[in-house]
Amino acid sequence: MTFTEKYAAEIEGIIARFPHKKSAVLPLMHLAQHYYGYMSDDAMREVAAILDLDPTHILSLAGFYTLYYEEPVGKYVLEICNDLACALRGADQFVEMACNKLEVGVDETTADGLFTIKTVMCLAACDRAPMLQCNLKFEEHLDEAKFDALLARLREQAAAETIETSVVEKITAYAKSGNQVSVIGNR
Amino acid sequence: MAHILLRHRDIENIKKLDVYRQHGGYEALKKALTMTPAEVTNVVKASGLRGRGGAGFPTGLKWTFIPKGAQEVYVTINSDESEMGTFKDRELLEYNPHQVIEGALICAYAVGAKRIYNYMRGEFMDAGYAFEEAVQECYAAGLLGENILGSDFSCDMAPYYGAGAYICGEETALLNSLMGELGQPWSKPPFPAIEGLYHKPTVVNNTETLANVPAIISNGADWYKSMGTEKSTGPKIVCLSGHVNKPGNYEVIMGLTYRELIYDEQYGGGIPGGKKFKAMLPSGGSGPVVKEDALDAPITYEGLDKFGSVMGSASVVIMDETTDMVWMAMKCVHFFKHESCGKCTPCREGTYWMDQLLHKIYHGHGTAEDLRVLKSVAGQIGGRTLCALGDFAINPVLSTIRHFPEEYEAKVKGNSPLNGNR
Ligand SMILES: Cc1cc2nc3c(=O)[nH]c(=O)nc-3n(C[C@H](O)[C@H](O)[C@H](O)COP(=O)(O)O)c2cc1C
Ligand code: SF4
Ligand code: FES
Repeated sequence: MTFTEKYAAEIEGIIARFPHKKSAVLPLMHLAQHYYGYMSDDAMREVAAILDLDPTHILSLAGFYTLYYEEPVGKYVLEICNDLACALRGADQFVEMACNKLEVGVDETTADGLFTIKTVMCLAACDRAPMLQCNLKFEEHLDEAKFDALLARLREQAAAETIETSVVEKITAYAKSGNQVSVIGNR
Repeated sequence: MAHILLRHRDIENIKKLDVYRQHGGYEALKKALTMTPAEVTNVVKASGLRGRGGAGFPTGLKWTFIPKGAQEVYVTINSDESEMGTFKDRELLEYNPHQVIEGALICAYAVGAKRIYNYMRGEFMDAGYAFEEAVQECYAAGLLGENILGSDFSCDMAPYYGAGAYICGEETALLNSLMGELGQPWSKPPFPAIEGLYHKPTVVNNTETLANVPAIISNGADWYKSMGTEKSTGPKIVCLSGHVNKPGNYEVIMGLTYRELIYDEQYGGGIPGGKKFKAMLPSGGSGPVVKEDALDAPITYEGLDKFGSVMGSASVVIMDETTDMVWMAMKCVHFFKHESCGKCTPCREGTYWMDQLLHKIYHGHGTAEDLRVLKSVAGQIGGRTLCALGDFAINPVLSTIRHFPEEYEAKVKGNSPLNGNR
């Protein structure tokens, strides 16, 4: 099923919020990414078709806004803030610890396809540093023990869901089609 | 003292409509609807309320710029909140959303708008959820939609999520983003009040600015003006972070000093480990750094004038004696390099070069010549860019060079005792 079919009602609702439907483009891209996991060619083509836009416009938006992933990512994207206010409270060291633990570098995905680590700019939670967002959900006041607990919880959750359309397959297919594979990492 | 903005800290569950109404919620809107739009604007004008998004523009005055009798007018709440060190709008939206909605509705009534968008940064999932719930409650209770509270006033409201771009906090970039374009600023004029969203007159106000409005309408301009200083009236939420014992949001009456904010037990409670204060960024990454001599300045729009800095949106980042100022400048510039929208050359290229040079100097490979070039690049950005981001980007650089020249010199001579934040 395409995302256009699956979310027909939601898409209609979003478009109705605006007098000009082009305004719906960022919300629809959020929805498409939620469905496909990243801004795949299909995702971009479908959003363009729904809104009668040129697909190159979607491509440039995907490049401009950092929340859209241009490459496949792991099931859980751990975006750690290491901007100044967090760094004053140990965020850089936290990033290092997290990368070592998962045996990946920043912007890389674990071999099981579960986790991608990214570093991001201020997330408006500087008073709760170190912190990260996991698929946009904020995890705050972190330390190594809490990070371990978070990973355990996510692994359990993933096992229970028996990862649908395996993320690993998605990433491998992407790599096979001749794309650069900075996403599959094991440094 | 009871909070005026962070009321959820005094009243449990005020994010629910019934609780908000039990505590006087939407009475200000009811009162505003008995006044003429011009009367409402005049009260806000007389209160002295100024924008809390950073620039401090008088709010009532901004509303008067909307052409009288315009047919299609918009109000946009600026909840993009991406300045490093700022986390107040998120707390308001997540725990006291109705106060923001009520303020925005009063604004819409005053300027004749029939539609309000709340532009939130895309990462605001929990805050956005709370806000959306509050909007739904309002529709169900006749506080949004047709004939609000049985009056002739009709108004709709919708949430909007950005997608990770600091520049979308700049009002014209925000409007471009909301129209489905790249989030790049346009050259003003035209100002949004004349030609904004869909080329129609538009008010853009910060979330916290609008949260002040209901109390002003309920209690009057004189009550509001009795708090603060002549040029800085009312309460302000200060976001305190970095090397303090108790980081967090604090609602203060403008005029409190930075020293009180950092050291008083009811606020920051001092610096961890009893370490000495070294420097403060009073307005996140975008304003100049200040030293200890500025600590007795009042937290007001004008308070840091003579120290060459600004209150901005009051995102106060504290750094203790161990902090490396070159590292700090490098972190800030890295942010601006990442967030430059690329539309104008001095900002796009200049932030790139400053980032390169600072990395080189910080890692001990810099020379005196690099330091000279760094200053010259910063000088070429200042005042030559389309929006204020370019000027923001040079502030941490030039102010650290001015206040801590010895740290740069030690780096280029290879004998710096400091190494980042370790
Ligand atoms: C680079 C840049 C980023 C900005 N970011 C924000 C922001 O995140 N939130 C905000 O309210 N204003 C931000 N502003 C200020 C807005 O352009 C605008 O002045 C403000 O939203 C007006 O509302 P106010 O008068 O209520 O403060 C930013 C300005 C610039 C130049
Ligand atoms: S100053 Fe920077 S952010 Fe602002 S318009 Fe120019 S390139 Fe874009
Ligand atoms: S600096 Fe990390 S959340 Fe603000």
